[in-house]
Amino acid sequence: MTTRMDKQEDSMSTATPTRAPHSDVPTGHKPAEGRVGAGLFDPKALVKSLPDAFRKLDPRVMVKSPVMFVVWIGSVLTTVFSFQHASDWFGWTISAWLWLTVIFANLAEAVAEGRGKAQADTLRKAKTDTVARRLLADGTSEEQVAGTELTIGDLVVCEAGDVIPGDGDVVEGVASVDESAITGESAPVIRESGGDRCAVTGGTKVLSDRIVIKITTKPGETFIDRMINLVEGAARQKTPNEIALNILLASLTIVFLLAVVTLPPFANYAGTHLTMVVLVALLVCLIPTTIGALLSAIGIAGMDRLVQRNVLAMSGRAVEAAGDVSTLLLDKTGTITLGNRQAAEFVPVRGTTEAEAADAAQLSSLADETPEGRSIVVLAKEKYGLRERHQGELAGAEWIEFTAQTRMSGVDVDGRKIRKGATASVIAWVEEQGGTVAEDADATASRISEAGGTPLLVAVHDDKGARVLGVIYLKDVVKDGMRERFEELRRMGIKTVMITGDNPLTAKAIAEEAGVDDFLAEATPEDKMALIKREQAGGKLVAMTGDGTNDAPALAQADVGVAMNTGTSAAKEAGNMVDLDSNPTKLIEIVEIGKQLLITRGALTTFSIANDVAKYFAIIPALFAAVYPGLDKLNIMQLSSPDSAILSAVIFNALIIIALVPLSLKGVQYRPMSADKMLRRNLGIYGIGGLIAPFIGIKLIDLLISLIPGIG
Amino acid sequence: MSPVLAGVLQLLALIGALALAYVPVGNYMAKVYDSRKHLRVEKWIYKAIGANPDTEMTWPAYLRGVLAFSAVSVLFLYLLQRLQGVLPGSMGFSSVNPAQSFNTAVSFVTNTNWQSYYGEQTMGHVVQTAGLAVQNFVSAAVGIAVAVALVRGFARSRTGELGNFWADLVRGTLRILVPGAAIAAIVLVACGAIQNFSGIHEVGQFMGGSQQWNGGAVASQEAIKELGTNGGGYFNANSAHPFENPTPFTNLFEIFLILVIPFSLTRTFGVMVGSVKQGYAILATMFTIWLGFVALMMWTEFAHHGPALQAAGAAMEGKETRFGVGASSIFAVSTTLTSTGAVDSFHSSFTGLGGGITMLGMMLGEIAPGGTGSGLYGMLIMAVIAVFIAGLMVGRTPEYLGKKIGGREMKLAACYILITPALVLVFTAASMALPTPPHSMLNSGAHGFSEVLYAFTSASNNNGSAFAGLNANTDWYNTMTGLAMLLGRFLPMVFVLALAGSLAEQKPVPVTAGTLRTEKPLFTGLLVGAILIITGLTYFPALALGPLAEGLAS
Repeated sequence: MTTRMDKQEDSMSTATPTRAPHSDVPTGHKPAEGRVGAGLFDPKALVKSLPDAFRKLDPRVMVKSPVMFVVWIGSVLTTVFSFQHASDWFGWTISAWLWLTVIFANLAEAVAEGRGKAQADTLRKAKTDTVARRLLADGTSEEQVAGTELTIGDLVVCEAGDVIPGDGDVVEGVASVDESAITGESAPVIRESGGDRCAVTGGTKVLSDRIVIKITTKPGETFIDRMINLVEGAARQKTPNEIALNILLASLTIVFLLAVVTLPPFANYAGTHLTMVVLVALLVCLIPTTIGALLSAIGIAGMDRLVQRNVLAMSGRAVEAAGDVSTLLLDKTGTITLGNRQAAEFVPVRGTTEAEAADAAQLSSLADETPEGRSIVVLAKEKYGLRERHQGELAGAEWIEFTAQTRMSGVDVDGRKIRKGATASVIAWVEEQGGTVAEDADATASRISEAGGTPLLVAVHDDKGARVLGVIYLKDVVKDGMRERFEELRRMGIKTVMITGDNPLTAKAIAEEAGVDDFLAEATPEDKMALIKREQAGGKLVAMTGDGTNDAPALAQADVGVAMNTGTSAAKEAGNMVDLDSNPTKLIEIVEIGKQLLITRGALTTFSIANDVAKYFAIIPALFAAVYPGLDKLNIMQLSSPDSAILSAVIFNALIIIALVPLSLKGVQYRPMSADKMLRRNLGIYGIGGLIAPFIGIKLIDLLISLIPGIG
Repeated sequence: MSPVLAGVLQLLALIGALALAYVPVGNYMAKVYDSRKHLRVEKWIYKAIGANPDTEMTWPAYLRGVLAFSAVSVLFLYLLQRLQGVLPGSMGFSSVNPAQSFNTAVSFVTNTNWQSYYGEQTMGHVVQTAGLAVQNFVSAAVGIAVAVALVRGFARSRTGELGNFWADLVRGTLRILVPGAAIAAIVLVACGAIQNFSGIHEVGQFMGGSQQWNGGAVASQEAIKELGTNGGGYFNANSAHPFENPTPFTNLFEIFLILVIPFSLTRTFGVMVGSVKQGYAILATMFTIWLGFVALMMWTEFAHHGPALQAAGAAMEGKETRFGVGASSIFAVSTTLTSTGAVDSFHSSFTGLGGGITMLGMMLGEIAPGGTGSGLYGMLIMAVIAVFIAGLMVGRTPEYLGKKIGGREMKLAACYILITPALVLVFTAASMALPTPPHSMLNSGAHGFSEVLYAFTSASNNNGSAFAGLNANTDWYNTMTGLAMLLGRFLPMVFVLALAGSLAEQKPVPVTAGTLRTEKPLFTGLLVGAILIITGLTYFPALALGPLAEGLAS
């Protein structure tokens, strides 16, 4: 951060924000663009991932997905059977499609992983072997060691042009650092010893100055190593919900396995013999292969959607928890309001016109380059039509720049002295010039303070003497669209709590304007921690962002703790996600991505189970209509032949996996709405759709098959 | 009045009566299980069995109570039958053979009441009254106790405690079943059911020859047989016998008795979890399936496909003329959708599809409304599974009644739904695959297969009704159906209680706008769909080779 920012805080804030605003960071997505769901899917990725899909046929890999492992065993069995009955085209065709089913499932996972791999390769480039300049015990002499040999506690020196050899904290000096290797953001950031901006990441590059870094991470466990592992999915573990879903899928598989293995004695009694191929085909059609095939791809893609938004989730568990969050703790500054206060109004004192006050305010602010100063000039132009004058336009003007000491800026021109600045400073100046302060100026200033704003006084000393002309109303400006956003969150059942260092009055005013549900004023890290624990005790899941070392305990306590990349390493350690853009507004998107992940899982599970109905209607008459002709009445799709019916069901079962790969990678479309509406919508699409789609699909495939001579 | 109209009017009267009873009966049961006071007679019982009714039990302790009590009951009932020959008051019947004694003991303790014997030719007054009738009460009370323990699991937080099994057992028996059965018995006696301890009467027949009829405490047995969803008849003809079920009114009244506790337990559930709406949602799910099955059954039985039935004018074979097709259909559906198994008509004689409906009713797990207690806990397990799938679709990890459905909960629910399909299919397949057992079948072809499938479906689901035709009194069927009943009753209870324990330990998740509303009709629809698809489809191939093959043949 720049010193400019510090100056402004000194001078004008009536309250101390918990942290400096992240004004050096792009504001990120505007709320209206913040919808999740626009994932990318490139059909070429399917072809590229084919080799990986084949590699995954290894039974040691397959066994991790119980449903697909059953299909794998089935494929082996039918293949063996086909070798024994080499002239049976039906056995070969079914075997081929069963293998395709397995490969399609592997392909889905491989494509999902492939997207992370590309990112990992980029990261690896940043992780080229570095040579570290380690400081020796005497504190001055250095030795050259390989970056991989550094241990925790080592002090290393980095100067302009050096690549930082490992994660650590700056203990001496200030430097600008290029972190684009990690964040993709090319603008350099300042890293300095002490405070909340001391953390540096291995693999980033020092652009200027010299810093001494204390290494805080073992080689191989650095941030960049973890990032590579995460995006590659090497560290991927099944999340609790994924485990629970796998249990459900496994139990459904067992149920259908029982239904199929007990069938031969029934069929023998009925006077028909079922071949192994037919039994395996029936089994594969019934077990939930669609969701079984796509489950892991959905999980990887969910993490990947976060990565695409420059958020690193340290565990899939955190992404899932994000979907469950019911309380969001949002920092006021930078999240709810723009980083800076802005002039909203000029209030003249009695005996002065608004235009006069505006004119004086503008003139006195031309030499003030702080965002607040600029906003005064902008307001004067927009609201009072005062053209912005440049400092050079006024001949003989003497400009008084804003400093943290005077806490005022102004101009001396044409015998007039104009000043604007913090209330106390301007009052002192007026009194020093021999003038008096109008009573209503004081009253107006107090009123503005109470309303949550910051008053600045504008004063002049001319031939009529020194006096206050008016008050500038600086207010925290709530970001566009936040109110609507919070309204949406409320509809989703998520409570928003604004965290601010402001006094309760100010906090209340801003909270009301922004439309958050609650606020925590004059917040200390302890207050934050207590709030999180209170919410959690009520069974709620809490999400928050933070970047300071004093945020670390709260970040660790929160169910979803998003650490800003600009933050300290302690904060990044404590949180379970890191936002590389350091944009706290993103918390809302993270919640949406978490929900989208769960919805995608549920939707495809429902779809998969609903599909079974149609498959039964295809296969059962095909198997038994010969012995019990009445069962042909169940052949409501009028499939052309028993072989074709079974084959069509198997083919549909395989193709639907490939057809749903894009959906599982992109995630189902998500819009914030109440649970009721969401359930109605998804149940309609994936439940009812899942009942109907296979009837149509199987019929179409059957029509195509029946065109092949010698089959239909 | 046409038979169809008569059937519909009886159906409406039945629904009206159930609706009137719902709130008072449900609230009363909730009060019983939440009560802190003990009646004097209850205190005597606790003293006698050495139980402290005021200690809270964790799920393993509760389960130990259930299993210990049931084991002792099986043993007692087994010995009673084995010793019948030397006991007084046995009407001269000899001791029952070991396989049948085992089967019958298990059958009555598991609330199945499968009967591989002819009641009036096998069991004397002592076994009927001191053995079977007692189990009719306590086996039903055990079922309700387990259901109440699960409900407490949902209602309680941050505790592993599920109540006290002995208190629940004794209260369920003394405060709910005994008074209920007493009132019902008086109504039945007033309508002509018999209640005496007289011996065997020789009665001359119109066509010459003679017949032996015996008396017994029939009305009292009948009352608890229906109220406790037991189903074991005093006579072999069960509720088709005029001594058990004399008039169309008693017939309707008995259907009411079968359904009143299982349906009203949803109210008890709603009250105990603090939201009667949640109870209504479960009720709506049960009622939708039950009514759908009744409608389907009436349709298939009245349509009387097939030349013989058309010539006769109705599918009356195996049905009592005093009840007719409509009432018999309602009875058949109600008895198979609960774990009752009492019959007022012979399911084997129903049309092919009608027989399939009775089987499908049991295959759904007897949850609409199901047995006393077992229906509620079976339905709640299905709700957990439906919530798991649907909950994901609203973008949250699933929760039901404020409790998260995580890996552990899912594992227990999944095990529960695996048990009965496994028992039904494996036992049926074994019976079909082995050389000897099929000889028990009366018919060949699809109908013969239905007999075997029905037997194991009925036993595994603790229904107890039989698809007449199969001779189940062989060592194979006595032993295998006995095992099916034992495993089908107590394995699910293990998982239900473990689930209850796991739920009770959780802290509740508050309800927000993002929470899946399980009290809404949409969820009811989803639950009905999930039950039909997940449970129903498991049996589709088997049903296709039995009742469907038969029913679609014409």
